[in-house]
Amino acid sequence: MTATLEKPPVTEAPVKEPRDWRGPALFAVVAIIGLVVMPLVLEPFRLGLLAKYLTYAIVALGIGLAWGQGGMLTLGQGVFFGLGGYAMGMHLKLNDAGDGLPDFMVWSGVETLPALWEPFRNPVFAIAMVVIVPGAVAWLLGTLVFRQRVRGAYFAILTQALAAAMVILLVGQQGLTGGTNGLTNFFEVFGQDVAADSTQRGLYFTVAIVLGILFIAVWQLQRSRFGRLLLAVRDGEDRVRFLGYNPATVKTITFTLSAVMAGIAGALFVPIVGIISPALLGVVPSLELVVAVAVGGRFVLVGAVLGAVLMGYAKTYFSEELPDAWLYLQGALFILVIGLAPKGIVGIISSVRESVAGRKKEVAA
Amino acid sequence: MTALLEVRDVSVVFDGFRALDGVNFTVDHGELRFLIGPNGAGKTTLIDIITGLTKPTTGTVSFDGTVVNGKREHQRVRLGIGRTFQTSVVFEELTVLENLDLAASFRKPLVSLLTRRKGVTEKVEQALETTQLTDLASRKAGVLSHGQRQWLEIGMLIAQGPRLLLLDEPVAGMSSEERVRTGDLLTEIAKDHTVIVIEHDMDFLRRYASTVTVLHEGKLLIEGSVDEVRADPRVQEVYLGRAREEAAHDVVG
Repeated sequence: MTATLEKPPVTEAPVKEPRDWRGPALFAVVAIIGLVVMPLVLEPFRLGLLAKYLTYAIVALGIGLAWGQGGMLTLGQGVFFGLGGYAMGMHLKLNDAGDGLPDFMVWSGVETLPALWEPFRNPVFAIAMVVIVPGAVAWLLGTLVFRQRVRGAYFAILTQALAAAMVILLVGQQGLTGGTNGLTNFFEVFGQDVAADSTQRGLYFTVAIVLGILFIAVWQLQRSRFGRLLLAVRDGEDRVRFLGYNPATVKTITFTLSAVMAGIAGALFVPIVGIISPALLGVVPSLELVVAVAVGGRFVLVGAVLGAVLMGYAKTYFSEELPDAWLYLQGALFILVIGLAPKGIVGIISSVRESVAGRKKEVAA
Repeated sequence: MTALLEVRDVSVVFDGFRALDGVNFTVDHGELRFLIGPNGAGKTTLIDIITGLTKPTTGTVSFDGTVVNGKREHQRVRLGIGRTFQTSVVFEELTVLENLDLAASFRKPLVSLLTRRKGVTEKVEQALETTQLTDLASRKAGVLSHGQRQWLEIGMLIAQGPRLLLLDEPVAGMSSEERVRTGDLLTEIAKDHTVIVIEHDMDFLRRYASTVTVLHEGKLLIEGSVDEVRADPRVQEVYLGRAREEAAHDVVG
């Protein structure tokens, strides 16, 4: 459009310029640690754990976008994680079963393959569904809900109810979904032995690269006009209407993106961990990830990712050392963060840095 | 020629209370209209009706010949109706420039919003200049003073490029210097826009107003020039009555 006459940005203060390289530099350092150092240093079991945390980090990135940037507290990301996970799990089960039925169906007396399962034999279809199903569900929910101006706690409760409903649905349809046990006992993933170290290593690289790509994509989105608009919707939805935008559209798009990310994470989770079941996508795991994002720092994307990885490690560590203490610790941490440091770990780090910088200035002056 | 804005027979009832009662209100192209009246007269309600924030119980609102009753707020903005609020709402986390840029970009297709803002568009620069906020462009809106926020809101309205601007008490809470600057800003904008301003500061009216519409208890009391309105005994009664009440309130308080 000709309306965007490009002029030299005289009015933009050049003060921000020196900070520009820091983001990419930090990203590069983390990428080297993630793609080179970790695979060399960690034994396969620990690398697998890290891969699992990175799938959580992808979900967290979506929560950071929807909640931190868009103000939509979504307590049901497990639903989308599960939809992606089950789509992948169905494909793996069919692949393992060959011409027969998946094992759990035989156990529950199902004799012919349900029509819903059939197309998941095709890996391309299954991968497409990993993205399409969570996206479509979120789009539908967003369209219905945001137009009616449902927001805040009401939206949060609604998403949580969705997570609860999803669990009931999955458990109830044993023959179709594997019930409480979910889908497990996978042997092969895209022609590779799923238990082999080399396969797991490959999966680790896959999840790390996917996380990196999604992180850059969300980062770009955040800096775009759409990202600015999203912040505006978060801080003053009613005012945004009088700027000529429909906040419902902005929120629906954002919520859908976050759901798609959770779906992708779920699909990656399945071959890495070897199971997808209702217990992994219900209310509790959905909440745990929101807590992780809050602890890491929900207003910054790095915070969401950091929170998910740290909380993943903390959970494993404490479950190994002090199994009873973890739940209390997690709850206490959430209360502490919300009460004392609403910007999370990232917020604490940046305020420390600011006060150090301030002191330096004082000394210089 | 049809008028730019025509409000026909509009009534609004909130829980049995008639906020507006059969109001007819017409504004022509290029007019600068002042809307006055004591507290509770229905001024803001009338603006809310025009911009779609409140639905009228009866009556119609037409903008440039089309009835806009069923349209939502953002759709009316797209038709060219822009407004500011009594208590200014700017996006504190965004810079002054980003606030203006967002206001200027709503006509762009959503996909094109996925790119980053490059430089400053002509419209935004104009808005910066008109409101004299150029020096503050890269500051976050959260650090602005009350007056600067009001100007930013007016700037956002200019950047929107509406055909009808509705300003709800733009000088409320401003110092006398700021009032003068806002008044000048208004006359500047009114040169090439149709503007409706809610204001009940009489000094301000005398300086800047041409046509004044007086609302009282949800009804249109009188419409005319500043002098006509000031001379009208009903207006004096309404305002003197209010002054008396306020004096009584002060004594009690």
